[in-house]
Amino acid sequence: MCLAVPGKVLDVEVRDGTRMATVDFGGVVKEVCLEYLPDLKPGEYAIVHVGFALQKLDEESARRTLELFETLGLLQEEFGDPWEAAEAAGGEWPAQDGVGGEVRQ
Amino acid sequence: MKYIDEFQNPDLAGRLLDEIRATVTRPWALMEVCGGQTHSIIRHGIDQLLPPEIELIHGPGCPVCVTPLEMIDKALEIASRPGVIFCSFGDMLRVPGTGRDLFQVRGQGGDVRVVYSPLDALRIAEQNPDREVVFFGIGFETTAPPNAMTVHQARKRNIRNFSLLVSHVRVPPAIDAIMRSPECRVQGFLAAGHVCSVMGTAEYPELARRHQVPIVVTGFEPLDILEGVRRTVLQLERGEHTVENAYQRAVTAEGNPAAQAMLSDVFEVADRAWRGIGVIPDSGWRLSARYRDHDAEHRFSVEGIDTREPAECRSGEVLQGLLKPNECEAFGTTCTPRSPLGATMVSSEGACAAYYLYRRLDAGTPGQRPPASAPTASGTPSPVTASLEGSPLA
Ligand code: SF4
Repeated sequence: MCLAVPGKVLDVEVRDGTRMATVDFGGVVKEVCLEYLPDLKPGEYAIVHVGFALQKLDEESARRTLELFETLGLLQEEFGDPWEAAEAAGGEWPAQDGVGGEVRQ
Repeated sequence: MKYIDEFQNPDLAGRLLDEIRATVTRPWALMEVCGGQTHSIIRHGIDQLLPPEIELIHGPGCPVCVTPLEMIDKALEIASRPGVIFCSFGDMLRVPGTGRDLFQVRGQGGDVRVVYSPLDALRIAEQNPDREVVFFGIGFETTAPPNAMTVHQARKRNIRNFSLLVSHVRVPPAIDAIMRSPECRVQGFLAAGHVCSVMGTAEYPELARRHQVPIVVTGFEPLDILEGVRRTVLQLERGEHTVENAYQRAVTAEGNPAAQAMLSDVFEVADRAWRGIGVIPDSGWRLSARYRDHDAEHRFSVEGIDTREPAECRSGEVLQGLLKPNECEAFGTTCTPRSPLGATMVSSEGACAAYYLYRRLDAGTPGQRPPASAPTASGTPSPVTASLEGSPLA
């Protein structure tokens, strides 16, 4: 949650007096508030955190960071179904017992 | 050279490592402040690629981990009240309060909703004028401006049934507290890049001077981290202690002035308790007097909650860099993501979770590759430990 994810601005509009954009995060599209980066234009990249664009980024860095976050499983975490994840947690650590033994040695 | 072939640019990584090796003449302990950096380091085995003289110490940069138990208990209490819609980011669902978590509150009939953005919570408030909508506002300087904007909008649009349960924390006072601890071994900091993309670097020169410690603003990618280490070690070897920005593509010296302006309008600096660490002066924010109407603690009476912290968990020491997760007695035995004793094992950015996820099981052995289908780091709840008294930072 603390990490901000880079995304590409698709389009920009003013809604309820607030500057908003649709932003593509490697396939996942979300609404993003542009109040903190009002100059951001379609086609540009920015670091987005919890629905707010916070800092501009060049395309190459944005792409590389997205790839890394994908590898770290952070995209799934940011955009996946949290209820499912919470439900699944606790059941998906098959190594627990064996690992417990190993660690204690 | 376990993982270097996985780097996006193995040649450049190799060159950076060669330079670091050529520079180091004696042992240095560096702290990476951010939990995202910790995960990147452990995932890519960066700590094992570095020369043995360099030790990476994991810092307190996980907002979920440092949210105090008392605050979690307040959230659970408010979320259980009839008429309340409690909104939170997904990673708080499994964080243990005293005896239960938000996931269980929902199972018991509480209306707990996960949102992607605080603005989603505001929309829910607008659509449910007869309900009280509370958003759990945790996080560092990256998360506080979005939450500040949301409260500002609630006020502007006269959405009165929206309030924020505030537990925001600030990084520089935590760095200061870590350096003041008599047990502190940290000699250089890799500062958290995304925090600086909002706040800029203005708060750091004074810290670097006061504690004679190099601070290098660093990103999350393996190459960013190697570059951060290289610059920090270079400074240490030369006896320098300045602030450097090694993450220029995302961080400018001034940060985001619009976000900073909103922060100082909506919030005021306040003392905050950090889970496992204790109260750090001026280390957080609370809503300023003008916005008190939107303060959930003000709106709901949630005083006198009985919080209980068990003693086995040593996450306070882990968060201060005094202990590696796999040096904790409970690590991987009585404490696993399936039944965690501390938030550092539950949170996706927690250091204990990183060590478990990437199989750094034994303090003495290098980590192994994660299994092909590495599970995400989250887990079931259980009470968390951490005594606020007796901590070097209390
Ligand atoms: S979370 Fe678990 S492994 Fe980490 S310090 Fe606490 S008890 Fe030890």
